[in-house]
Amino acid sequence: MNKLQSSNWFMALQIGVIGGIAAILISLLGMVEEFARRDIIAGVIEMGQTLLLMALLATGYFSARRSYTTRSFLRVIEGGVAGAVVGFLLWLLVQLIVALDLRTIFLNASPALIKILTFGGEGGIATFGLMFTLGILGGLAGALIQILPTRFSNATVQGLAWVALLGLLQDLIRVTLISLPTIGDALQWMFGGRNEKGLSILGAVVVFGVVAGVSVLPSGQSSRIQARLRALPAASQQTVRWISLALAAVIIFYLPNLLGSILSNVFNIVGLYILMGLGLNIVVGFAGLLDLGYVAFFAIGAYVMGVLTTTAIGPQAGQIVYGPQMTFWQALPFAVIISVIAGVILGIPVLNIRGDYLAIVTLAFGEIIRILAGSDFLKPYIGGSQGVVQVAKINIGELDFNSPQKLYYLIILAILLATFISWRLRDSRIGRAWKALREDEDVAQAMGIHLVSTKLMAFATGAAFAGLSGAILASQIGSIYPHSFKLLVSINVLALIIVGGMGSIPGVFVGGLVLVGLPELLREFSEYRLLVYSILLIVMMLNKPEGFLPETVHRRELHQEDSVDARPEPRPSAS
Amino acid sequence: MSTILSARKVTKYFGGLTAVGHLDIEMAEKSIHSVIGPNGAGKTTFFNCITGFYKPEEGEILFDGSSIVGLTSDRINYRGITRTYQNIRLFSNLTALENILVGLHSRLKSTVFGAIFNTPATRKEEAEALKEARRLLNFVGLSGKGDFLAKNLPYGDQRRLEVARALASKPKLLLLDEPSAGMNPHETEEMTAFIRRLRDELGISILLIEHDMRVVMGISEQITVLDYGEKIAEGTPAEIQSNPRVIEAYLGRGAATEGMATAHERFTNTKKSQ
Repeated sequence: MNKLQSSNWFMALQIGVIGGIAAILISLLGMVEEFARRDIIAGVIEMGQTLLLMALLATGYFSARRSYTTRSFLRVIEGGVAGAVVGFLLWLLVQLIVALDLRTIFLNASPALIKILTFGGEGGIATFGLMFTLGILGGLAGALIQILPTRFSNATVQGLAWVALLGLLQDLIRVTLISLPTIGDALQWMFGGRNEKGLSILGAVVVFGVVAGVSVLPSGQSSRIQARLRALPAASQQTVRWISLALAAVIIFYLPNLLGSILSNVFNIVGLYILMGLGLNIVVGFAGLLDLGYVAFFAIGAYVMGVLTTTAIGPQAGQIVYGPQMTFWQALPFAVIISVIAGVILGIPVLNIRGDYLAIVTLAFGEIIRILAGSDFLKPYIGGSQGVVQVAKINIGELDFNSPQKLYYLIILAILLATFISWRLRDSRIGRAWKALREDEDVAQAMGIHLVSTKLMAFATGAAFAGLSGAILASQIGSIYPHSFKLLVSINVLALIIVGGMGSIPGVFVGGLVLVGLPELLREFSEYRLLVYSILLIVMMLNKPEGFLPETVHRRELHQEDSVDARPEPRPSAS
Repeated sequence: MSTILSARKVTKYFGGLTAVGHLDIEMAEKSIHSVIGPNGAGKTTFFNCITGFYKPEEGEILFDGSSIVGLTSDRINYRGITRTYQNIRLFSNLTALENILVGLHSRLKSTVFGAIFNTPATRKEEAEALKEARRLLNFVGLSGKGDFLAKNLPYGDQRRLEVARALASKPKLLLLDEPSAGMNPHETEEMTAFIRRLRDELGISILLIEHDMRVVMGISEQITVLDYGEKIAEGTPAEIQSNPRVIEAYLGRGAATEGMATAHERFTNTKKSQ
């Protein structure tokens, strides 16, 4: 055995150990057990096992990719070796749990975990064979995916990912389809019976086949469709665009009817976060001003709405001493305007502060607002820690917006407005000034950009969106408390922008759906929300720092016909 | 010819160090005026004082007859002074065209409300700005590269783009900080011709920092030599070349006689090559 080969085996062992440690961590943190309640494919595999399988496949995949040899056969074997190490380490974990009862340290090292890891066994020495073999098989499979030509390996990965995703979201899909009986019945085969969760085996196979097939086949098919679309005359392209827009509009309009009250509520939460995300995207994504206290404007919007509309006024506990008892619509402009003023007030002292220092100052600002809201000093006016209750509901004449399904429309409207404003501003003079500021503040100023007004405009616009979001939240919940406005909200909003893609408007939507929507849908996640957040952020920063949907380059030099005379006009001598 | 820029006793300290000391410069309108000197002589600091990035501790800088000391750099840009940077400082994640559009900023007037409602005035202004930006792109020889991100352009193109961005605000005075740094002789020659064009065709006065003596001697009408923040000589290229203090500053005492010959030789070569 030569040196290269031996270092190859060593590499496989190394990666196997890393994969094994990851699998052990997942198990000991309780994720495997917690997630076991959600089936991906009914009766075959649940989510906890899926997580372990993913770790195993990844181990095989990376050991094959890192390998120095070009011989496929050897690389697959190495994947198997790495997988075997994972299996062995997990078996070791089971033995340790059985022998030492680790529950005093690791709460999750329970018999239930052993059952999952050993597929129903008691954890005796005899399970070694099973776990070891499964490890090898998983590693081999991972390595096989790697050595396939890119086209096929991408197709496999995508197929598996879709099966997992559909299995995860089957609650959502099932609930949505119940109200459409024909489609619901037609898709009955895809999801198991009423009482089962997850995809049926047939459903999983079909989903995998369709997704993998679609992604393997074309390698030009989809681009050919795009090319054909581009070849169409401009007018028909416009028509296609309008039709797809209209289709999207119909779906968005009809969605709450399908979703029902609980899922609509999830969408509303996502919507309020997207609204905030659009605002913070202007501040951080466009203008590059790192704001960690963004929740302050959300709080201010909510509190203004609360104080101006509450009917709980009086000397008793839980009541505030003064309130004009406005309606939602009367108070809304105040909520937005006061948030904007707060944005400007924050903006002025931080005009000359950059980067990390700005982040710290804004962080402090957010905390100041939260602590003020909870303080006894302001208690008579804004309720202190007891908050403000009986906030006005939203209605237009007889039509009220109390149910989540109706509120949905209001939030969609607010998002559309904010998106439209973001989009118009992005391509305008002020948008360019923001981006120049983000790239190089000194040079931007030397190019004639007025720093004060440009920065304040960014803070003000961002604050307006957050204020709007907060005002709607206050009405939706009907009561507001200081503890709803923690630093974590700011961090969530920032994270959704980063994951979506800094400065990208569609990215805010993707980020909102992934980081706020998924955890709300997958309740088991909620306990591991921060863990999953941080893992997702680390993976994003390492592999795709620009985000899921990065800011697109705006092409504008298309029309060249009017640029014959190359000389700019000389400046008029008298100015 | 009237004076466009006059610096009187401009002084800038960094701690105990005098970066620029009692500097007097008179610059004629539509002239090409070079500032030369060894590294650390205070040339870029002087530029930073003119553009408002630094505020000089003492002295006065008059532009078009009025003082610009204490103005912020955006105000100075409005008055008609722009600059390029020694180490290129483009907005790297914006396209070439967008870089120029940012340069046009001070000439545009559209407001936030105009942008949101896309008013006819804003639309017209944006269309004209785009046209002007394309024209500038063409002028500096970058047509067809407008949609490249600035960071993806080759070095020489980045330098040109920086000039285009500076030209966008229609300056009366353009400060070029080592425009030919890092260029090969052929590119340097092109850049020299280009600078001359800026003055001849657009009527822009140019204040130049440059290390390449061929460029300096070839196009300057006036040269100011700095050393340790102080002016040690001023005059036409021919005068500067025969000034012993200049040669001493550049080459050290003792090499003066020898160096003068070399510099003279270089100068005559430049003339021949034209």
